[in-house]
Amino acid sequence: MNEEKHYSHKTYHRSKTVVIFFLCFAAFLGLMGRLAYLMIFQSEYYTQKAKELHERERSIKAARGRIVDANGKILADNKTVCTISVIHNQITDSERVISVLCEELGLSDEYVRERVEKYSSIEKIKSNVDKEIGDAIRAYDLDGVKVDEDYKRYYPYDSLASKVLGFTGGDNQGIIGLEVIYEEYLQGEAGTILTVTDAKGVEVAEAGEERIEPVSGQDLYVSLDMNIQSYATQLAVQTMETKEAESVSILVMNPQNGEILAMVNVPEFNLNDPYTLPEGTDSDGLSDEELQDQLNQMWRNGCINDTYEPGSTFKIITAAAGLESGAVKTTDTFSCPGYIMVEDRKIRCHKVGGHGAEDFVQATMNSCNPVFITVGLRIGVERFYDYFRQFGLLDKTGIDLPGEAATIMHQEENIGPVELATISFGQSFQITPIQLATTVSSIINGGKRVTPHFGVKVADSDGSNSQVFTYPVRENVVSEETSETMRYILEQVVAEGGGKNGAVEGYRVGGKTATSQTLPRGSGKYIASFLGFAPADDPQVLAIAIINTPQGTYYGGQIAAPVVRQLFENILPYLEKMDYNRT
Amino acid sequence: MAQRNASRKRQQNSDNFMDYSLLFIVLFLLGFGLVMVYSTSSYEANLDFGDSAYYLKKQLFATILGLIAMIIVANIPYHFWERFAVLGYIVSVVLILLIIPFGHEAGGAKRWLYIGPISLQPAEVAKLCMILFLASMICTMGKRIRGRRGFWMVLLTPMPIALMIWQITNNMSSAIIVMGIAVLMLFVSSPEYKRFIILGLLAVAGAAAIVFAIVQMAAGAEDSLNFRGARILAWLDPFAYASGKGFQTIQALYAIGSGGILGKGLGQSMQKLGFLPEAQNDMIFSIICEELGLFGGIAVIVMFILLIWRFMIIANNAPDLFGALLVVGVLGHIAIQVILNIAVVTNTIPNTGISLPFISYGGSSVMFLLIEIGLVLSVAKGIRLKDL
Repeated sequence: MNEEKHYSHKTYHRSKTVVIFFLCFAAFLGLMGRLAYLMIFQSEYYTQKAKELHERERSIKAARGRIVDANGKILADNKTVCTISVIHNQITDSERVISVLCEELGLSDEYVRERVEKYSSIEKIKSNVDKEIGDAIRAYDLDGVKVDEDYKRYYPYDSLASKVLGFTGGDNQGIIGLEVIYEEYLQGEAGTILTVTDAKGVEVAEAGEERIEPVSGQDLYVSLDMNIQSYATQLAVQTMETKEAESVSILVMNPQNGEILAMVNVPEFNLNDPYTLPEGTDSDGLSDEELQDQLNQMWRNGCINDTYEPGSTFKIITAAAGLESGAVKTTDTFSCPGYIMVEDRKIRCHKVGGHGAEDFVQATMNSCNPVFITVGLRIGVERFYDYFRQFGLLDKTGIDLPGEAATIMHQEENIGPVELATISFGQSFQITPIQLATTVSSIINGGKRVTPHFGVKVADSDGSNSQVFTYPVRENVVSEETSETMRYILEQVVAEGGGKNGAVEGYRVGGKTATSQTLPRGSGKYIASFLGFAPADDPQVLAIAIINTPQGTYYGGQIAAPVVRQLFENILPYLEKMDYNRT
Repeated sequence: MAQRNASRKRQQNSDNFMDYSLLFIVLFLLGFGLVMVYSTSSYEANLDFGDSAYYLKKQLFATILGLIAMIIVANIPYHFWERFAVLGYIVSVVLILLIIPFGHEAGGAKRWLYIGPISLQPAEVAKLCMILFLASMICTMGKRIRGRRGFWMVLLTPMPIALMIWQITNNMSSAIIVMGIAVLMLFVSSPEYKRFIILGLLAVAGAAAIVFAIVQMAAGAEDSLNFRGARILAWLDPFAYASGKGFQTIQALYAIGSGGILGKGLGQSMQKLGFLPEAQNDMIFSIICEELGLFGGIAVIVMFILLIWRFMIIANNAPDLFGALLVVGVLGHIAIQVILNIAVVTNTIPNTGISLPFISYGGSSVMFLLIEIGLVLSVAKGIRLKDL
């Protein structure tokens, strides 16, 4: 070998090989730096991301908050139910699983077999299974059968205040009523079970599971009084049956603060079975849409979702506007010939012969249309409309129930003398019963426009963390003087006038009757109603009874006033005992 | 003559060098690789084949074959192969061309030839043959290498092979490695620096221009891009391409990032449970990081630095230029491949399919790497101890 030769090559070869080595070394150092950056500074970020990728969430329902009435009675509760599912690749004895599930759940062999033999990660067999049955199935200790406990809404009084409370859907979310409005408090926070899975979703057994416990919803305390509500319901059902009416609504509220003590709309429906139409309904051959319409119809809360022509009870508002504006004084005298001419129209009084000479108080006791038309015309369109605004009649009341209907009133510029005349005695426009109750409340309570409501407060199930709701109150809607006069006049109506059937022995009751014909006119259908309050000098409770399409006698004074009387006979002593009354 | 040969042989056995450090590093990497192949593949192997050691067994078989080949090659004086240099070049071309009619597809690319039970990647053969051919060619050229003509000849000779690998087997990374090997061998054999610096700057500028052009095109119309263009976009923002080209990168980053400093422990990777598909292949380094942490990742890199350091020592003490160039070729092959692999896994460069030498699953890769180690050992044997 020629050593000289190959060593001469080597000088620069060597240094260049060293250069290559250090270039590689530098590259490796750079990569180590990159690795350190990823694995130290970015580690938290990627670890979190990877964790999210690896974990499968199973949610645990939170117990929904209860709804509690004024006396602490629970109106809406939860009961524990079970969901039965099977996990295909954990089943060891599929025949036994099928036979046990068929027997315990009362399902067909075919139905269960199909689900047990289906290759899926988890297959639900049946949900909302009673806890006892769930426990029984769990006792068999079958591989691959999962019994998960769950909550289901339960209403202990079935149909009581159904249209007020509302019910919940499959995910325990509110569908109608208070359940919807107070959803955010009632629903709570669902918990989760986190299980580590591989990319196909198969659980990695060694990794175990992590639980985030659900947070129960808060209990809702409402002003509704179960005793008053159930008595009112009884009365309403009775009235509906004896008068063969289509529906009867009774609304009881505290005119001083807007708290609603009872809201009855019969026929009610069973909250524990809200998707079954009333018996006798022919649901065959209905399309899904028609069926849904029928259900919505059944769920409607007439007191707030529907408007009607209030008729003579609206004279309270006309009178208040007249007194407040100075258009009429209690001592003004009128003469009723049985009709009144407005422009070329002859509008009749309900008493064909006329009431003759009468002052304003007597005219109200007589519910005399010509007098109220006169007062309405004296007030004039512009002022009358301003009073509507001031009384809050043109706005919604803001009650804490969904779907409150708005007032249907003529546009101010479209009101001529004839329209003004009809408005004066409560016709040709529509309001909701709750609007009437709220407006009258503000007229008789000294001029405070209160917000009608059920929700009093929410609190955790142990009573902690309570949050008391406050509602807007607008002062000086009418003067104290007008309010006092109105209380006096309305007491006279019950004491000696058209509302005498509403009188309760031993109590000072004020009120006003109404009988209104429904549209179209001449159909022979009427709405009879009575609005009463007590005590007349310091109203603590206000009630409205509305009888929709009664058969036979249809005068409010004759059929609706006795309903309120009976109600008051029972609840006034009760309220005194409950310290609702300050007297 | 015979007597002289005999004395030379004796001399080799007694006074010549056996690089046990290199051998140990290689055996360590192989052993570690087998452990990691089992760790990364067992879960999917069990699901797919009902045998958690499915990939391990195949890899172990290839490794044993490779070790046998390595021992044989190590004991043959490396000049023996010089006469096959041209033949090797031709064989490479033929094997690559055979892919067109006979190639087998796996993972969306047609890169394999099946010879009986053995699958073979012609690109792996080509890398080895190219090292041999260029070493031989540079030695033959002698001082002519210093001229401009010599420079271009060495660069252009591997070009057809590289282009064929790129176009026919759709394997850009192997093409880059072939060219990289050529450049490194040329660099060592030429006394110059200037040309290489210019070449390096041009390569960097070219890469930057391509990235810039693709980003501009993407701003215009995304559909017009081919899949390499999309890879570059996915490199720049893997999360924007999370379900497509960025998917593998993101999964690798999750694995690396979630490993932390000390890792989750051997066998504890979550990402290998199907999240990072075929974790035993190109992305195995990310699972190493997930299971063994930054510590394990750096340890692996250090092993490769040691390996390259041994190559440098052997190259610089090789008895002649041919031997030195063979070792430089192998050094270039392994260094480029490791650097590119780790750079891809850490999303330092755009994703390109490249395996981690000795560790990634892949029979033909490990066999040819071991043959190259055999060559290096053979060169090392030529070193007389007194020269060290």
